[in-house]
Amino acid sequence: MELDPDEVFADDEDELESASYQGKEATKELVVYLVDASPKMFSTTCQSDNGDDESHFHVAVSCIAQCLKTQIINSSYDELAICFFNTREKKNIQDLNGVYVFNVADREYLDRPTARLIKEFDYIEESFSKLIGSQYGILAGSRNNSLYNALWVAQALLRKGSTKTADKRILLFTNEDDPFGSINGITKKDMIRTTLQRAKDAQELGISIELLPLNRPNEEFNASHFYAELLGLEDDDLNQFMPSALMRFNDLKNQLRKRIFKKRKVRRITFTIANALSIELNTYALIRPTVPGQITWLDSVTNLPLKTERSFVCTDTGTLLQEPPKQSQSYKNEDIKFSSHELSEIKRISTGHLRLLGFKPLSCLKDYHNLRPSTFLFPSDEEVAGSTCVFIALHKSMLKLKRYAVAFYGSSTHPQLVALIAQDEILTGGGQVEPPGMHMIYLPYSDDIRHTEEVHTYTGGTAPRATDDHVKKATALMRRIDLKEFSVCQFANPALQRHYAMVQAMALDEDEVPEIADETLPDAEGMARPGVVKALEEFKLSIYGENYEEEVDLAVGGKGNALAKKRKAEDAAKESTNYDWSELADNGKLKDLTVPELKLYLTAHSLPVAGKKELLINRILSHLGK
Amino acid sequence: MARNKEALLLLIDVGPSMHTVLPEVEKVCSMLVQKKLIFGKYDDVGVVIFGTEDTDNELTNEVGGYEHVVVLNHLKVVDGDLIKVLEQLPRGTVDGDFLDAIVVGMDMLIKKFGQTIKGKKRLCLITDATHPIKDPFEGTKQDQVSTIAEQMFAHGMKMECIVYRGQQDMDGNTSVIEENDILLDIISKMTSSRKVHVENSTSLLGALRTRNISPVTIYRGELELSSEVKVLVWVYKKTSEEKFPTLKKYSDKAPETDKLATHEVKVEFEYKKVDDPSKVVPPEQRIKGYRYGPQVVPISSAEWEAVKFKPEKGVKLLGFTDASNIMRHYYMKDVNVVIAQPGNMKAALAVSALARGMKEMNKVAIVRCVWRQGQANVVIGVLSPNISERDDVPDSFYFNVVPFAEDVREFQFPSFSNLPSSMLPNNEQQEAADNLVKMLELSPTGKAECLQPDFTPNPVLERFYRYLELKSRHLDAAVPPLDDTLKKITEPDSDLLSHSKPVIDGFRKLFELKENPKLKKSSRRLLREKPSGSNEERDDPGNIVDAEAVNFIEHASSFKVEKIGESTPVQDFESMMLRRDGADWVSKAIADMKSIIMQLVTDSFEGDNFQKVLECLIALRKGCILEQEPKHFNEFLLKLCKFCTEKDLASFNEFLASKNVLLISKSEAEESEITEDEAKIFLVKAEQK
Repeated sequence: MELDPDEVFADDEDELESASYQGKEATKELVVYLVDASPKMFSTTCQSDNGDDESHFHVAVSCIAQCLKTQIINSSYDELAICFFNTREKKNIQDLNGVYVFNVADREYLDRPTARLIKEFDYIEESFSKLIGSQYGILAGSRNNSLYNALWVAQALLRKGSTKTADKRILLFTNEDDPFGSINGITKKDMIRTTLQRAKDAQELGISIELLPLNRPNEEFNASHFYAELLGLEDDDLNQFMPSALMRFNDLKNQLRKRIFKKRKVRRITFTIANALSIELNTYALIRPTVPGQITWLDSVTNLPLKTERSFVCTDTGTLLQEPPKQSQSYKNEDIKFSSHELSEIKRISTGHLRLLGFKPLSCLKDYHNLRPSTFLFPSDEEVAGSTCVFIALHKSMLKLKRYAVAFYGSSTHPQLVALIAQDEILTGGGQVEPPGMHMIYLPYSDDIRHTEEVHTYTGGTAPRATDDHVKKATALMRRIDLKEFSVCQFANPALQRHYAMVQAMALDEDEVPEIADETLPDAEGMARPGVVKALEEFKLSIYGENYEEEVDLAVGGKGNALAKKRKAEDAAKESTNYDWSELADNGKLKDLTVPELKLYLTAHSLPVAGKKELLINRILSHLGK
Repeated sequence: MARNKEALLLLIDVGPSMHTVLPEVEKVCSMLVQKKLIFGKYDDVGVVIFGTEDTDNELTNEVGGYEHVVVLNHLKVVDGDLIKVLEQLPRGTVDGDFLDAIVVGMDMLIKKFGQTIKGKKRLCLITDATHPIKDPFEGTKQDQVSTIAEQMFAHGMKMECIVYRGQQDMDGNTSVIEENDILLDIISKMTSSRKVHVENSTSLLGALRTRNISPVTIYRGELELSSEVKVLVWVYKKTSEEKFPTLKKYSDKAPETDKLATHEVKVEFEYKKVDDPSKVVPPEQRIKGYRYGPQVVPISSAEWEAVKFKPEKGVKLLGFTDASNIMRHYYMKDVNVVIAQPGNMKAALAVSALARGMKEMNKVAIVRCVWRQGQANVVIGVLSPNISERDDVPDSFYFNVVPFAEDVREFQFPSFSNLPSSMLPNNEQQEAADNLVKMLELSPTGKAECLQPDFTPNPVLERFYRYLELKSRHLDAAVPPLDDTLKKITEPDSDLLSHSKPVIDGFRKLFELKENPKLKKSSRRLLREKPSGSNEERDDPGNIVDAEAVNFIEHASSFKVEKIGESTPVQDFESMMLRRDGADWVSKAIADMKSIIMQLVTDSFEGDNFQKVLECLIALRKGCILEQEPKHFNEFLLKLCKFCTEKDLASFNEFLASKNVLLISKSEAEESEITEDEAKIFLVKAEQK
């Protein structure tokens, strides 16, 4: 489990597949976060978990900060700009009033996130009033239209890159559902018209505008005032992502965060249900291990990246091989050669993408039927209209009848049997916890399953089985240490956090690496509660009786082992006195000794005994201080 | 290597009732020997068959009896010839007595190895066990079997039983079957070995472990319930993907006359400066850089070592939670099994109590694991109970890794209920879906579960090893097609399909699927970019207009019909054939049409495109006759049929045959080299395939 990035990166071809796919579909993302900084964003609050009131501005900013961190870790090439509107100061290319593009040194307005950006953005709330200032920009009597300006600035920022290679989005955070409410008459109409036109222009340039509305307490964000038209929303769509007025801070934050990330499909596949009945599905990788980013080799003198060149050399002739060489398997004392064409032909065992084989009761899917992270399936009517309907019908039936589908996934590199589990949507106050759809679980073959629990059997007899009393004590224990609210992804990965804390500190030339708390350690406080201690004690007593300590010591063999080691060391020490090590070393005669002889010295001085002879000699020399 | 040497004796029932599955037995045994040739070159293998007409074994010669048992291959170091023996097992004529075979096998093992290589002596019995064994001279059959089992145990032998029971045997002599099962159970129990029942040939291929991997623990130590209470456990892998073998790179540069050539390929990495590619940077001048956004941060290993996350080895309990809190799709990796330290009765008791408690309460345990000292990360996982069904196997836990917060991508998907009603199934459709799910049951009551992972072999590996053997005999052999037994893994069972045809048809009728013609193109290209598909097509110069040409045609201004689209290929083709403003249009039309047909065939799923293909083919045929270009069509049709046969699209050939699409004969076009009779024979040939 060593986190050797080279090794970690060598695995999971699903990711590779997705990478190559994305290369084709060109899904680099350019995002402008457009954050309303009007006084209303600061004055309206919602309650956070610990009872404090948090302003809407804080909600928006902390969401963005969190997303920046995720983005930089995922080492994506997405670019972004952070842009406030309704500000006192202005900073933008067009020099428009009331719009401030936040940026840091060594970075363009629209660029990938950098360590500095993340760091300075973390302090934005403290410095905001001094640096940028909040001021509502649409007032009666003035021709200023800050929303219009903001959209224009965003559009100008997104001029970079072609829509073919990049996905362009504007994410608009605001709690003002009626931005032109304070003015009326001709001016209002005019302003609305120009703003809508501005938005339309942007959309025609391939920029999508998304609204992330924040609710004022006890007052629904009413999109129909203005924004529905701006976004071109229909009634149905309108209701979909509107948060409820009573939503709590954390839930609100979660939902915003979820919406900031664009769904990326891994690939589009065809699911064949029966002859001439195939529907279309998109696959998504919702769960994949995040690993520290790839290593780039640098020249330690200049710190510039190096170019890695790989070459194949024929050992017999020393010729440089151009084409990828043939591959061979030694078999019956012969090298059997395969061309890459033949190898891919071997793996090609199915014509379809995903083919339904049948259904089984959920109980047939055992806990050990797993090899890799699952893949999420969601229907799409884009290419085959009607797919969604078929999918939902099957989905409902499978849920109702408690069945999962068995299918064959004929990918070209990894054809595999899969289980498709229907997952019903799970909603909480904070929105979607589990999306509706099916999860594709990669099943092992018989070749992949080992019968390891049968290695140590109690041959001829019976294995120890807990009595009812034992089980009763165990269940009592379980009731005591019950994690009611447990959710699988509640822990941050301490190794990864430490890694990035380190990299971030180095990137910013900071001397100290911030301490990262390891959330994965057991809750010592909770475990020390008298009830828990008592339950544990009773469990221990019922299984081990009074003599727990002895039993454990006996079983560990740890002590016995240590004793044996000690004895060995003593013996070695005795033996090793027969040699004059210092003299041997001085005369360079250590190499004349045998490895076991050398090891005597090492054991006697409790040094490691592994390695080649040369290494052993070096170790002895350095221990002797020579 | 030699330390792990294993001796394996195959005891194969070749009696008449086994004949139907003997082909699979031959395959699975050959596969086993093949893997031994690669992974266990020093192992001994012997083969004993029973149920034969003849008798040939040492025991008969020494003490008499033991008729109809033949030693086909004596215990010896495995070699390639053994595969040939196993590939053609003789078909027996009498109902075999498996106990005789077992005794003969044990005798062989004892004679050759005595008390040595304890625990590495394996017997593997493959039989249907439907026929009674002979009554012993004294005592009951059960006593006799017990004595034999004791002997086995004493000599450190294990015996795997694979009992094949096809459906046809169910009406057989049930009392005999029951008796035999009891007898075999005695042996399995006393020698702690596996006995499995399989009901179909596919499972038979998966039932025999063809490669024996000695299990290695990944952790031995404490399972800490708290700092006070610790249970000693060992952790093994439960599933671990058997990967496609890593092949060696092969260089054919050495002259053929060089008998000592290694043909090895060395992979060399060179690190060069970007601005000056001629300079190679030596390893000591390199430093690892870590990406952080656009920056690359150099960090030396020493700095790294100083601040790295270094958790202590151990497995700690965080708590218990409802099993429903851990959804199945959160399992991240291959699975481990956690057992109590062997021989430690108290630990076994503790594990058993916890496992049973968890089962009863429907709970799982959340644990934090660091398997090795010095490991740089921690793993959060879930222990779920594995209650043993066999008396001699202790209870244990399965361990699955669950994700960290960073590993989960929270995308939001629309609720089904918010979708427009046109996308939601109506009651009738829902009922049809219910029926379909009920009908296509793979685990029918009273019958064995189909496609159980534990008994389903990896078809790719099966194919690889068979091809390897084939290649070792014929250098230029082609990749063999997937046989019917393996096809049952990749395709729906035809019996099940025909059985549930009315339900499937009903389902299909109720749902309307329409392809969006506008978008079709993009996805098709996507599909075709899949490496496996495109390779063949590209290697085949005749049937493909290369992609660039198609693009070129697409981009040309379309005043008249300049390309054949997928939506109306026949019309496009006909009008293009009629164009007279250039000499190339006819050949272009023919070439285009061919590629369209190939594409349609390649993309067809279960024949949904066949009708369209047929129309295209007929149009192409007509065009070729009109233009007197029979060769184009004939060659193409032959190629298409061959392509379909190779690509498991035989159904298309049948379809063509049924629609009477013939080669163009001499009588239709002067230039054709095909006579009318030949044209007709072609059909028959296609059908046979």
